[in-house]
Formats: sequence, C-alpha cells, structure tokens
Amino acid sequence: MSIDLANQIVTGILTGLVYSLMALGLSVIFGVVRVVNFAHGEMTALAMYAAWALATWLDLDPLLGMPLIALVMFGCGYLLQRGLIDSFIAKPEHMQFILLVSLAIIMVNGSLLAFGPDAHGVQVSYGFDTYEMGPLLVDKVRLLAAAASLAFSLALMVFFRRSKTGKAIRACADNLVGARVIGLDVRRLYAVTFGIGTACVGAAGALLSMLIDVMPPTGPELTLLAFIIVIVGGLGSMTGALLGGVLIGVSEVLAGYFLMPSMKSMFSFAILIVVLVARPQGLLGGRK
Amino acid sequence: MPVSRFPFVSRRDFLAGTAAGAAALGVGGSLRPARAAQPLKVGLLLPLSGSLAREGQSCKRGADVTPALMADLGMPVQLMIADTETNLDTARTRAEKLIADGAEVLIGAFESAQTLAVAQVCEQRGVPLVINIAAAPNITEQGFKTVFRNFPTAPRLVTEGLALMKEMFKTSGTTPSKAVFMHNNDTFGTAMAGAVGKLFPTLEMPFPIVETISYDGAARDLAVEVGKAKATGADLLILVAHGEDSIKVIREMVKQRFEPKAVVSPGSPGMYEVQFYKTLGKYADYSLTNLPWINPHTKMSQALLTAFGKAYPDALFEMNVGFTFEAILIAADAARRAGSTNPKALLDVLPTTNIADHVMIGGPIVFDAKGQNTNTRSATIQNFGGRPKVVFPAEAAEARVVFPAPGWQQRG
Amino acid sequence: MRRRIALLALLSAFVLAPLAAGPYLLSVLVVVMYMAYLGQAWNIMMGFAGQLSLGHSLYGGLGAYVTAALFVNWGVPAVLGLPAGIAVAVAAGAVVGALGFRFGVKGVYFALLTIAFAEFTRVLFEHIPSLGGTGGLFLPVGSRDGVDLLRLRGHPLMFYYLILAMAVGAFLLCRRLLACRIGYQWLAVREDQEAAQALGINVFRAKLAAVMLSAGLTAAGGVFFAFYYNTLFPTQAFGMGRSIDIILAPIVGGLGTLFGPILGALILTPLGELITWGTEALGFKAAGLKQLCYGLSLLAIVKFLPDGVWPWLRRRIGFDPADDEEEGT
Repeated sequence: MSIDLANQIVTGILTGLVYSLMALGLSVIFGVVRVVNFAHGEMTALAMYAAWALATWLDLDPLLGMPLIALVMFGCGYLLQRGLIDSFIAKPEHMQFILLVSLAIIMVNGSLLAFGPDAHGVQVSYGFDTYEMGPLLVDKVRLLAAAASLAFSLALMVFFRRSKTGKAIRACADNLVGARVIGLDVRRLYAVTFGIGTACVGAAGALLSMLIDVMPPTGPELTLLAFIIVIVGGLGSMTGALLGGVLIGVSEVLAGYFLMPSMKSMFSFAILIVVLVARPQGLLGGRK
Repeated sequence: MPVSRFPFVSRRDFLAGTAAGAAALGVGGSLRPARAAQPLKVGLLLPLSGSLAREGQSCKRGADVTPALMADLGMPVQLMIADTETNLDTARTRAEKLIADGAEVLIGAFESAQTLAVAQVCEQRGVPLVINIAAAPNITEQGFKTVFRNFPTAPRLVTEGLALMKEMFKTSGTTPSKAVFMHNNDTFGTAMAGAVGKLFPTLEMPFPIVETISYDGAARDLAVEVGKAKATGADLLILVAHGEDSIKVIREMVKQRFEPKAVVSPGSPGMYEVQFYKTLGKYADYSLTNLPWINPHTKMSQALLTAFGKAYPDALFEMNVGFTFEAILIAADAARRAGSTNPKALLDVLPTTNIADHVMIGGPIVFDAKGQNTNTRSATIQNFGGRPKVVFPAEAAEARVVFPAPGWQQRG
Repeated sequence: MRRRIALLALLSAFVLAPLAAGPYLLSVLVVVMYMAYLGQAWNIMMGFAGQLSLGHSLYGGLGAYVTAALFVNWGVPAVLGLPAGIAVAVAAGAVVGALGFRFGVKGVYFALLTIAFAEFTRVLFEHIPSLGGTGGLFLPVGSRDGVDLLRLRGHPLMFYYLILAMAVGAFLLCRRLLACRIGYQWLAVREDQEAAQALGINVFRAKLAAVMLSAGLTAAGGVFFAFYYNTLFPTQAFGMGRSIDIILAPIVGGLGTLFGPILGALILTPLGELITWGTEALGFKAAGLKQLCYGLSLLAIVKFLPDGVWPWLRRRIGFDPADDEEEGT
C-alpha cells in the first residue's frame, strides 16, 4: 500500500469520526423519539455559523466553544421538541417529513438572510499544521477534531449507561408502554433526548467549522450524509453511528482514490441501498 | 481610492454633467445622446438565493452601482431586479413577470440552464436578452434572434487561458514538465473540461496533462482529490473551481505539502474572491487566473471601480461585477442609439452594437450573427498581498508575473 | 349533482383562463397544473397504497432524459420517445418496489431507499458525458409559434392545454382506479397490511402496481418538463428539491383525496408568487426572505391543518364526505 493511500485513509478515518458525532445525534433522536430529523444537516450548519461567530467576534477557538455551542443547541432542541415536534410524534412519517423540511427551509434561508451567501470558515492559528508520524502526514486540525468528537461520544455513552436520566431514556426506547406504566415523564424525556441529539449536532458543527466552510447550501448536503452514516451503522445504535462514520469516511477515500472523486458520493449511496435491502437494521443495529 | 477622482460632474448640472461624463468616457463624443424622456426599464434576473446565491449577489452588487453611472452618461436606466432562486420554474415565471411589469430588456441569468429558460421567454415575447454571464456554447447555437451574449464561451475561455499560460512560460523562462488538471464537476466545470480535452492537443502546449481529476464541489473536503493530484508528481496544477472549493484545494495542498510551480486557472471563479484571501492569507498569493478582467486603465473602469469601492468597501471587484455592468451598458447604449426604449426598436439596433469604450479588457463589444460577442479577451491575474493584479496582457498589466511561485513554507 | 356542477365550473375556469391571463399568469398556471399532475401521480403510491416515496424525482428524471436523449440524438419525436421514457421509469419503479417490498423495507427505511436511488441516479447521470453530464442536455428549441404535438414544439398555450389535459386525465384515472378492485386493494393495504393479506389480497402485487403506475405517470410529467424548458440537468431532474416539490402539493391539499393535489398546487405555487409580490410591495428586497416566509406558511399549514386543506374545506363548504366517492373509506 502506498504512503499516499495510507495518508488518505488516516484522513478518512479522522474526518469520518467527526461526521459520526453529527450522525450520532440523528441516531439518538430516531432511536428514542422515533422522529427522523430531516433538518439534521441544517441544524449542523447553524452550529457551524455559531462557531464561526464565536471565533470571529470573541476570538474563541471552536474546540473551546464546543461545549458552549452544544449547551445552547441542547436548549434549542429541548424547546423545539416541546413546542413543535412533540405534537407530531404520533403523526405519520410524511407529516414529520414536511414539518422538518419546512424547518430546514426556514433555517437555510434564515442563515442566508443573516450571514449572506458567502462561505464562512474558522481560521485557527494551527489551521495549516501537520504532524509527521513516520512517513505519515497527519493534519493537526483533523486529529484534534476527531479526538474531541470521540471524547464527546464516549461521554454520551457513559451518560446513557450510568446516569438515571440516561437509563430512563433507554427505557422509553425499549418499551414505551412500560416506561409510562412505571411513571416516567415521557414527554420530558423525549425533549431531553431531542436536546441531546441537537447537542451532538452542536458539538459536531463546532468541530466541522474548522474543517469545512459553511454556506447556506451546506445543510442539505450534511443531512444526506448523516442518513447514510446512520443507516449503515444502524439507526438507533450509538456505536453503529461511530462505525458508520469511519466506514463511510474510508470508503469515500477509497472510491475517490481508485475511481473518479466526483463519483464518491454515488458509491456511498450504493452502500446505503445495499445495507437497506440486505440488512435494514444496519451493521450494528439490534434485532427488531 | 479617493472619491474626488470620480470623473463625473455632479448631477445638479444635468446637461453639462451629461456632456462631460459622456466625453470623459469617450462614449457620447460625436453621437449626441438622444435622451429618452423616460429611463430604459431593465429587468435583471439573478440567482440571489439558492445554491448560486453567492455568485448572483456578486452580480447584483455590480448592477446596484450602475444606474448612477449610466445616468451620468445620459443613458438613464431603471433596474427591476428579480430572484430566480437558482430554480428553472422560478426563472421562467420571473422573466414573464418582469416583462408583464414593463421591462423592455432583460439581463441575466448567470447560469446556463436558467439563461436558456429566460431566453425562450424573450424569444417568444420579442424582448431582447443580454446575457451577462453563462458559458454554455449551446445558448447561442439555438438560432435565437433576441439573445446577445457578452461573455466568452467555454472553448474560447480555454483557448485564451492556455495561450496566456504559454506567454507566461516564455516571459518567466520556466516551463513546467507536466500538469495535473482538477475541475469541479458542475455545469461550468464540465464545459471547461470538455473544452480542455478537445483543445489541449491542438494548441501545442509545452507539457502534457498527466491526469484529469473531476471532483464534486459539494464534497465535504477535498483531501483525497488533492492527494491524488500530488501522487501524479505534476509540477503545475490547472484548476477549474467554482468558488469556495478553490479554498479547500489550496488548504489541502498546504497541509499535504503539495507544491507545484503554480496553481493556474484557465478561467474560473474562486481564486480572486474576498473569501479566498481572507481564509488563506499568505497562501492565497501567487495563484494565477486567466479570465476576462477589468482593464484598470480606462476612465470608465476607474469610474466603475470608484463607485463600486464606495458602495461596497468590503467587497472586491470581480468579473461578475464587470460583466453585469457591461450588460446594462449594452442595453442602455442600444436605447440611446435607437432613440427609443421600445423592445422592437432595441432589437433592431442591438446587432449593430459597437462599443469601443467599456470596462473589460478586449476589443469593442460587437455581436456576430448568432448574438455572440467575439471580442472578449482574457487577462492573467495573479494574487499579491491579498489582491488580484493584472500581469498579462502587457498593456493592462499592473505587476510583473512571479513564476514559479515560492513554496508554502517559504512564505513569510 | 352539486359536485358535478362544481367540477365542471372549475374545469371551464381553467380552460378559459388563458383568455383572461397574460403570459405571466399563464406561466404560473402551467407550473400549477404541472404540480397538480405530479401530485396526483405521487398520491397513487402514498395516498392510496400508503408507500412513502421521497425520491420521486427519479421517475420524472428518467422519463425526461430518455425521451429527450432520443429526440436530441436521433430526432425521435416526443410522441414516440414518451413510451420509451415511461417504460424505463416503470422498470426503475419495479426495481425499487420489488427490492423494497420483497425484503420488507418499511416506513422510513423505504422512504430512505427511494432517496438513495434518486441520489445514486443523479450522480450517475452527472457522469454520462453523452447525456451532457453536469453540463446539461439541451434540446433544440426550434419554433415557439406553431403547434406540433407530435414533437412537442410550439407555443406556451399549447403546453398549457397539454398539461391541463394531463392533469384532468390523471384526475379521472385516479377516480376510476379508486372505484376498481385494485383501488380497494390499495386502500386495504394502506389501512392494515396484515389484514389485507389475511383477506387474500396479494399485497406485494398491489404495492408494486402502485409504484409502477405512479412511476409511469411521473415519467410523462418529466417528459413535459424536458420539452417545456428544453434543458435537463441531473440536479434539476433528480435532485432532492424536485422530489420535495412533488410531494408538497398532495400533502398540503390532502393526502389520499382526489382534489388534494390540485388544491395543493393551486395554493402553493400562487402562494410563492404572492409572497414575492408582498415582500416587494412592502419594500423588502432581501434574498431568501420569500423562501423563509414560504417555509413558515408550510409549517403553519401542517401544524393547523394536518389532514390537508381539502378535507377541511370540504367540511366548511358542506360536501358530505359520506357520499364523496373519492375517499373510498
């Protein structure tokens, strides 16, 4: 294997880990609330704008801004679920779809009005640095972003395993009727879950702002990407989302390297089709 | 640029101002401006929102400063701006709406598909369309009688872009040994790639293209693409970008330490835009783009640049601005010559357009039988200190070309 | 009876509309009818058979590309190219449907499958140089004055009456279908698939029939699109945006009803125009504001009229749903 290819694969893994965090949010929301967030990428784009604003006006490194943005996005998600999405949970999928598509339209054009059509990216002082690890060249920004993403994901997993709220949320996902019977406040837990999902999006957006520039059309692109990752990994599975992100990151690198790069997303959609047909629960999804 | 250098007389003294302005710009000279009582109603169609919002809004900035300049020339215009939303359905209905609202000439529409949709409406309604920007050759091959394009087709852009590269090698005494060609796989990128594929073998270029890499502009990052280009060992990168993707390419090149002798575009947007300079800083310097550009040395362009700088202190002048200005100039000039703002009268005189004094580098604006201006000409611009400067052709040059460019690590 | 009269009045209004409407209103009406037609086609799959397709642009795009490519490369008139375009789209529908239904891909997963196929095809077509790739496929425009229905070249009025006829045809077809055996089977599948199975309905076949029929009708709409605009680009033809446009009218109008898609199209397209007009009249020129308001309106409609406008309106104007044959329930 050539050094070039090895370099690219490392890049693919690191980038994939950041996308995983975004996809994780989608997975958590679907796994518990059973709503497919078709405005996921648009929310990520909003978080990227937030990271850009913090970096530009307060000179705050997105790595430090990440917890703050995640917290704010948690609040937004919580309120959104409470105020709007909650009444759609029992409705058929196409209604949820239209609801979230209208939200997406509002977010895309709202950001066009607020930030204009130009690309916004965060320039950190170490933005162009690379580490030499033996023969490999590892991009510093990607490495830090991937590490932060991994840390956030792990913290979330611990939360779901250990904390009382986390356990209650999992109970809702496993057995909704049972959860109601034992007196859990399902509405609140759903709002918390949605908030956690958007917090993932907030954190991922902060990290992504260092890797790619955000413009109004960035959102829809990311939505589709999040779907591919989550379906491949398994909707509702947390480790699945992580694995899916890395897999898609690497497969896009391989497709770009051996085929024409402009065809790499076609390759991802092909994987999506195969997984949906052959193993709809995803690679790590549970039995249903 | 100080405002006082603005060559026009204030509009208080209208007649004198008109004459002075016209003389200063060399347009009105012998032709007495046949001032129409009412201004020419110009309908401008641009993608102000949707995926091409960035480009559309940059065109609009050019349009916004134009009416004042036209008024000073004694050619009053009234702009009616409509948003195509980067959508075919909307482009068509907006065109019909503008005509229904009294637009006497349409200008637009930046992108080829929407331009063709608008062109069909214009053809149907007998209203002239002056295309500001749209490079697909097909548009002027449809036999339309109402369509006039003051923008080079993709093959022309490529031919001139490659010729300018040869001139650069000759002047600098350095010739690269092999090139890699990266292009965005969008409408414009594909048209350019097609032209490169067809024309490159016929132009006796001193180096081969060892690999062509097409990439998806919406791709989240371009690490693999740049890695692939680096692996070819090429010492020249020919890049046809769309906009912000050029930032992604350069950023990855720095990170992956891919240092060809130069990055040069045979005529695409991206490497001369504000965002490019802001994001990349010193790494933005020395990139080269061969494309139609404003001739900084004419009086009319000085006036345009001043007005533009005053209205948009944070924006940089770019090609979109210049061509949108010129499209309005062409329409206004036709109205002046026709002595009427009637669309039929405009259509009668538009084929005989001959504007010697305008802002972009190139010969007089004239249209061939198909409505294509064949006198557009590309220049080479190179980035220095976060600004684009003309380096070729010699008569418009503002700086001397630097080739090969210093490596990423050697930049202070 | 009242229903008949109302229908006839509406139809004559549309037939006579060009007399009153200028070219601008006519171009808006073309889009309205186009959306109503596509909505009707999509409604067969989702509204009747209950299968959510979010990638319907796939079928319209295939029909458009096949017919247009035949015309551009070999001069095959549209009327002959149309069956080929429809055949390809129906085959694609059969593949998507068979894969989905045979392997039990349901609900959201099926919807994502349809998106995946549409997006896959979009990128694929971006890499077919003979069809123009991302550079686009341009149809020679030719004369815009005559009426040449065989080659689909002619005056905008011709296109208006054509799409009006298509919309009316789709409406009548759907009405007929709902009164047929297959119509009842679809509704049974939609309401309760297992119960339908138990009744001896071949669920797989019923669903497949819905997808294929819907795909074929959508393909014809795509052909109209190609010959009306004379350009085809993979993003415009297969993009997610096109799919969303297709499903908005029937959902806003009222899913599963015959009038829903027409009413939805009649609301949404003029709504966009009205918002543009309104924001401009109020002096707001910011780009994006129109779509922002459009998104808010959409949000309000789904929030306050979740069943769609038609079922609500029907109650208000006193059409009794009981003898409303369209519902079938």
